[in-house]
Amino acid sequence: MSEPAILVEGVAFDYPRGVRALDGIDLRIDDGERVVVVGQNGSGKSTLVRQFNGLLRPTAGSVSINGRPIGRRHVADLAREVGLAFQNPDRQIFAGTVRAEVAFGPRNLGLSETERDAAVERALATVGLAGDEATNPYDLGFSRRKLLALASILAMDTPIVILDEPTTGQDARGIERVQRIVAELSGTGRTVIAVSHDMRFVAESFERVVVMRAGRIILDGTPADAFGEAAWPTLASTYLEPPLAARVGARLGLGATPTEAALVGALTARGTAGR
Amino acid sequence: MRDARYAYAGTSRQVLAGVDLDVDAGRVVAVVGPNEAGKSTLCLVAAGLAPIAIGGRLEGSVLLAGDETAGLAAYQAAQRCGILFQNPATQLSGTTSTVWEEIAFGPRNLGLDIGAIVERVEGAMATLDIAGLADRDPQRLSGGQAQLVALASVLALRPSLLVLDEPTSQLDPAGTRLVGDALSRFAAENGTAVLLVEHKTGLVARIAGEVAVLVGGRIVERGPTAEILADPALAEHGVDPPPAVRIERAVADAGRSGDLVGLDLAALEMEPITGSPLPTGAPLPTGTPA
Repeated sequence: MSEPAILVEGVAFDYPRGVRALDGIDLRIDDGERVVVVGQNGSGKSTLVRQFNGLLRPTAGSVSINGRPIGRRHVADLAREVGLAFQNPDRQIFAGTVRAEVAFGPRNLGLSETERDAAVERALATVGLAGDEATNPYDLGFSRRKLLALASILAMDTPIVILDEPTTGQDARGIERVQRIVAELSGTGRTVIAVSHDMRFVAESFERVVVMRAGRIILDGTPADAFGEAAWPTLASTYLEPPLAARVGARLGLGATPTEAALVGALTARGTAGR
Repeated sequence: MRDARYAYAGTSRQVLAGVDLDVDAGRVVAVVGPNEAGKSTLCLVAAGLAPIAIGGRLEGSVLLAGDETAGLAAYQAAQRCGILFQNPATQLSGTTSTVWEEIAFGPRNLGLDIGAIVERVEGAMATLDIAGLADRDPQRLSGGQAQLVALASVLALRPSLLVLDEPTSQLDPAGTRLVGDALSRFAAENGTAVLLVEHKTGLVARIAGEVAVLVGGRIVERGPTAEILADPALAEHGVDPPPAVRIERAVADAGRSGDLVGLDLAALEMEPITGSPLPTGAPLPTGTPA
């Protein structure tokens, strides 16, 4: 069996003033998996994914990327393997133009100018910002700054991509775009990890849902496992709710229907069987 | 707002291109629209920050409690209107070391006496159930916690108009529900006019009396919430209908509408889930694990 993309063993993390954000986390994410981390506000989701690129280092336990312990490896070194788009794009954006912002990462990877330009062009086209190369990032609205921060990560072409709340502030088309990007990344073999409160996005775009409460993992399964009626008390304990499609499916006795497509599919199947 | 048109300083493009909008005392009016429609700019203009604090060119008329914003000083606008920015990190003062002090920052600047300040801070924290965060460092909160603290800071000002730019964007589902309930209550109890910009149409359906759809700097539709949110044109404007409307449509498209007869989807969405420790209005977790 190949090395897992990410292996977290017994990780604890304390913020200053003694706030314990992670407490005994064990997690294995295999190469090419599409995983989303959910949980109440302050449950440790962002803190957890920041352990994966070395931005935060565990107080106890260890994190390995592609079989190599992070240990004291530099963030810049890890950036070749793990890209992380922040929840707040303004913590990430610093350049004077959209092009310079996206080119920063590839330049530090030592790509040639031609390769770099191609990577920038590709990433901007993917997020729908082609044509805005010369724009100052702060002349973009919040939703497009989020997409710019995402483009900067895509341009790095890392095997592991982490998206912290990628749908925040996006309209319907923006969410569809993010969903398409997740599917494309996954389709080309990348490991995609997201943090999200958007339960419809969670159910539609990911194959595995990791549920956190107070710095611990309390559920780890498919969207059907996470949003099926049996898991509702667990969800409620971390202030989550299943998407409406799952509620309707449960009420109609259709079993776990985490997505609208699953709900319609189950209704259609029942209708056909009853004929 | 009457025919409000606004261009940022140094630009000629009108981000708002003739907006008419009223928000009455005690009412919640929601504005929905696609990205880059001008929603955040509308918030800045409604609150008077544009042009008072950030310049730019405003034409038409924007009245805040009866006075043209263009003629108000920054402190006068701030006394009438509280604004919550989309990104809570830009809202926090950066000058305080605890959440309690952060929420007290606004009331202190209003010149209130200490008793009134304490009452307002504790009241705002109780409204959003974040008393457990009182001693935390505002710079070391999760995104969702920071958003609740920023909102509490604005509520503590008890303004006559509250302008909220996606107040629940970083909240978990229960937090979103709690903030929705809290805003409805706050508006009704204090007679506050609330202008709410929000992508979550499920939340809008629950708390807004009226919805305006902003596209390209213009309001293209406006009316009672249920009517606007059920309008098929909404999706064409890049706005997602509420989950209940989406599901009804998807099921109807599959020819299975009969399966939903007798089921009130909007009510089902509001039901506490099995074993939920969180009926509406119950406290939020404070994110300080033992």
